[in-house]
Amino acid sequence: MQSYYLTIVLAPLLAAIGAGLFGKKLGRAGAHWITILAVGLSCLLSILVLKHLYWGGGTAENLSIYTWAVTDGLRMEVGFLVDRLTALMMVVVTFVSLMVHIYTIGYMHDDPGYQRFFSYISLFTFSMLMLVMSNNFLQLFFGWEAVGLMSYLLIGFWFKRESAIFANLKAFLVNRVGDFGFILGISAVVMMTGSLDYATVFSNAETVAGQQIEVLPGSPWNAMTVTCILLFIGAMGKSAQAPLHVWLPDSMEGPTPISALIHAATMVTAGIFMVARMSPLFEHSETALAVVITIGAITAFSMGLLGIVQNDIKRVIAYSTLSQLGYMTVALGASAYSAAIFHLMTHAFFKALLFLAAGSVIIALHHEQDIRKMGGLRRYMPITYWTALVGSLALIGFPGSSGFFSKDLLIEAVRESHWHGQGAVYWIAYLSVLLGVFVTALYSFRMFFLVFHGETRMDKETASHVHETPWVVTVPLILLAIPSAVIGWVTVRPVLFENYFGESITVFARHDVLAHMGEAFHGSLALFLHSVQTPVFWLAAGGVFAAWFLYLKRPDIPETIKNRVSGLYTVLDRKYYFDDLYIRGFAAGGRGVGNFLWRKGDQMLIDGIFVNGTANSLGKLAGVMRQLQTGYLYTYAFAMIIGLTMLLSWLIWFR
Amino acid sequence: MIGLQHYLTIAAMLFVLSIVGIVINRRNLILLLMCIELMLLAVNFNFVAFSRYLGDDTGQVFVFFILTVAAAEAAIGLAILVVLFRNRRSINVQELNEMKG
Repeated sequence: MQSYYLTIVLAPLLAAIGAGLFGKKLGRAGAHWITILAVGLSCLLSILVLKHLYWGGGTAENLSIYTWAVTDGLRMEVGFLVDRLTALMMVVVTFVSLMVHIYTIGYMHDDPGYQRFFSYISLFTFSMLMLVMSNNFLQLFFGWEAVGLMSYLLIGFWFKRESAIFANLKAFLVNRVGDFGFILGISAVVMMTGSLDYATVFSNAETVAGQQIEVLPGSPWNAMTVTCILLFIGAMGKSAQAPLHVWLPDSMEGPTPISALIHAATMVTAGIFMVARMSPLFEHSETALAVVITIGAITAFSMGLLGIVQNDIKRVIAYSTLSQLGYMTVALGASAYSAAIFHLMTHAFFKALLFLAAGSVIIALHHEQDIRKMGGLRRYMPITYWTALVGSLALIGFPGSSGFFSKDLLIEAVRESHWHGQGAVYWIAYLSVLLGVFVTALYSFRMFFLVFHGETRMDKETASHVHETPWVVTVPLILLAIPSAVIGWVTVRPVLFENYFGESITVFARHDVLAHMGEAFHGSLALFLHSVQTPVFWLAAGGVFAAWFLYLKRPDIPETIKNRVSGLYTVLDRKYYFDDLYIRGFAAGGRGVGNFLWRKGDQMLIDGIFVNGTANSLGKLAGVMRQLQTGYLYTYAFAMIIGLTMLLSWLIWFR
Repeated sequence: MIGLQHYLTIAAMLFVLSIVGIVINRRNLILLLMCIELMLLAVNFNFVAFSRYLGDDTGQVFVFFILTVAAAEAAIGLAILVVLFRNRRSINVQELNEMKG
């Protein structure tokens, strides 16, 4: 299998190098063919690996490919850990990536940076595969940073746009904050266990959990809690959890295929994957899990609310992504790692679908992104309409769709996670995910209705030549719509209740809510039939109804509400003032400190006083001293005689 | 009776005279050289006087050395002086302030 793994990883890398360095020679078609074939090969082999592991009776493999360095007993290696968790991620990543590659042919059709774009997304696929297939922390960190770099490059793909440059810089800087925590977490792991290898670290988890560490002098903390929280800070940056979420909405400045691939389906879920992968560590610290669940809950609910007031089609979906990532984080915090990964998988499909559908609309309207200038597109773009409907239904968890199974059971798992206690943490988490369902339905269908239903609000010029997008765009939509609609039916039982993940994920018996739920699980059909009895269904239905009533039936009401509670609206419109805090607070403060240090420290102290000051004062001293040098012989002779006399006097009288 | 102190007094007077010559002379470089010679002679005077007084001949041997060196020095000094005059057409001490800071 080793050759399989190497091919899966290296094919996109080689294609990226080919398309990137020899793009001119290959031409546009050459660039897209080479990358699509490479990613297609990766996708095919990933599916074979998954098949081998699940149906073929294969076991998890942990192999080292290459030892990069050995220093002081610390081995830095490149290696693959391929178990069922990895295989699932590999299939999701390569499949979505393949769809996005195909879609890009249509979306970037006229772009001068065509080859560069294909090179970037292929390189991203390589980085993401390195991340998920890693068997040690160093390679994980490599993948982590590499996907961050690709995200940076792709957000700023249109580098002549000022807003794109601002957005990619913002994404990079915010991710630095998270990555700082992440690298500290890895350092803590190495400090505690002396190894970077997953297997060694996990087998030592028990001993680490028993240790204390003094982060601040005089206040010993549990070593595992510190490590896990630091690692989770990394996940917060990458998976855009509050308060490090600010970069994700801005990342929509990048081309839409990127939003689908990186900022919805794969890269932003790296944090979720990482925490699930680290479950043997996180399980040891209930404090860390409480932090995880609280952060996730805050993100899930508050970011969903922001989706309601956004008018940019991509930003609405971006906030929805934030909210859904919050859901996954909540599941992690409830120790329902499988539920988180399950939601990650379904979300990857339906969110990529929604983004690509939005992209299709954007192409059709010649890069118009404001949903207030759309409407009635159902008639012009039937395929986009139906696929977007599937995506939206999956997103709100409509019974039967993939999102229904993942989200419904996720919420159920949170409700069952009583071991968090019945205190604030539990209720914040549970109420956030529950009420979040209503919010999700409201903003998704607000967008859906405003874009596809109602009367046409675009100008006549545009309206006259709106038509369905070419097949390279619609085929990926359809291919993504199929799993979005049906994948829940077949996967819910094995993934959640039949221990699909096996030993890849560790859950302590006292935390194992899914096992508890498994006793009451009677198959997908039963779950589907019982859906109408759950509050989740009614909240979702209520959200859809509210969206229909407010935005189609009585479009004047939202305006009234907006004016009635203008204070609240402003808070939402300003995104809870996070951007203001960061830009005017931290960024401006940082620049202020830098400016101060530059002017006072550098220019005044070092340059002014130390460097030039020394020279200047020496010059002044010399200016005074040179007056003594008359140049006349007799002065010097006289000085010598005086000196001699004084010396002799001293010898005679004072010796 | 002429004693040691008389010789020392003479030597001191010669020495001070030469110092005064160096300091107050502002015109002629040759005078400066002569004053330096005089200074050396004053020192020789002391050497000879003490040699005689202490009955030790070493002092007189020293005088010969000093005379030799003084002769050499005078030769070099005059040579420099000639070159200086050739270059500047003057040996006026007042004008020799190239080294002024």
